[in-house]
Amino acid sequence: MASNIILVILVTSLATFLSRFLGVITSENIKENSKIFRWFNCLAYSTLAALIARIVIFPSGNLSDVDLIVRVFVVFLSILLFFLTRKNLVYPTLFSAIIMSLLANYL
Amino acid sequence: MIDAKYFLKGFYSIKGARSPAIALGASFIAIGALLKNIGFTIQESIFSTFLTYALPGSLIMAESMIIGASLINIFIAVWLVNARLYPMTVSLMPLLIHKSQPRWKYYLSCHFIAVSSWLIMKDKYEGVKKEFRIDFWIGIGMATWSVAIISTIVGYFASDFLNKDILIGLAIINPIYFTCMMVGSMKTIKISLSIILGTILGPSFYFISPEWCILFGGIVAGSIAFLIGEINGE
Repeated sequence: MASNIILVILVTSLATFLSRFLGVITSENIKENSKIFRWFNCLAYSTLAALIARIVIFPSGNLSDVDLIVRVFVVFLSILLFFLTRKNLVYPTLFSAIIMSLLANYL
Repeated sequence: MIDAKYFLKGFYSIKGARSPAIALGASFIAIGALLKNIGFTIQESIFSTFLTYALPGSLIMAESMIIGASLINIFIAVWLVNARLYPMTVSLMPLLIHKSQPRWKYYLSCHFIAVSSWLIMKDKYEGVKKEFRIDFWIGIGMATWSVAIISTIVGYFASDFLNKDILIGLAIINPIYFTCMMVGSMKTIKISLSIILGTILGPSFYFISPEWCILFGGIVAGSIAFLIGEINGE
C-alpha cells in the first residue's frame, strides 16, 4: 500500500504539472497583445468560473451534506459582504465559514 | 539571480486585506485532515501538497483512492480537473517573459500556478516592471506554496479535532474566496462575460458529462465572451 500511495501522488502531480509545463512552452511564442493571448485570457477566467460553480452546485465530500439553497445563499451573502467591506477578502471568507458551520449544524 | 527586492514584494502579498492565506490555509487544512483519514502518513501528505499544489487535483486523488480507481483513471481525472492550468499559464507567462531573464525560472516557477497565486499576479502585475515580474511572481509562488504545505501539516495533526461542521465550514472558504476575487476582477466586458457564462455553462454541461463539464463549459463560455468582446472593440 505504501508504495502505492507514492505512485498515486506521482501520477497526480504529473497530471497536474503537465498542463503548467505545456502552458509555458506555448507561452514562448505568444505576445501579450495578440488575439490568441486575449482568447486564452477569456478561457482561463471561464474555466475557473466553471470549476468554482461546479464545486458549489455539484460538490463532492463534506459540502454535499448541505442543501444547495443554503450553499448558494451563503455565496450571495458573501459577495454582498465583499462589496460592503470595500472588497476586503478576509471578512467574507471568515464569515462564510462561520455561517456555513452554523447552518450545517442547525438546518 | 533572483532580485530580492521584488521577490520579497511578491512574498509579502500574502499579508493584508486581500491576503489569500486564510482561504489557502483553510482548504489545505481540510486536505491534510482528509489525507490522514484515507491512510496517508505525514510524509506522504507533505509530499502530495509539495508536488501537486492544486486543490481540486488533490481532492480528486483522494476520492479516486477511496473508490479504488486505477492509476490511469486517476491520471485522466486529475488531468481533466486541472486542465484549466493550461489556459491560466498561457494567459500569465507572456506577461512575465523578459529576454534578460533565464528560461529555467519560467519552467520551474510554473509549478506555482494555482488559482490564488494566479489571481494575485493578475491583480498586481501592472504595478511591477516587466523585467522583474518573474521574481515578483516567484515571491508570490513561494509564499502561497509554503502556506499550502504548512496548512497540510496542521490539518493532518488537527484532524482528530475537526468535526464535520468545522470541515463543512472550511470547505466553503475556498470557493468563496475565489468567487469574491473573480467578482473583483470583472473590469472589462470580456472578463465579466467569461466569468458569468462560465458559471452558467460549467454546471449546465455537468448533465452531459461530469468529468468534461469544466473543460467544455469553460471553452464554450470563454470563446463566446472573447468573440463578443472583440466585436465590441475591446
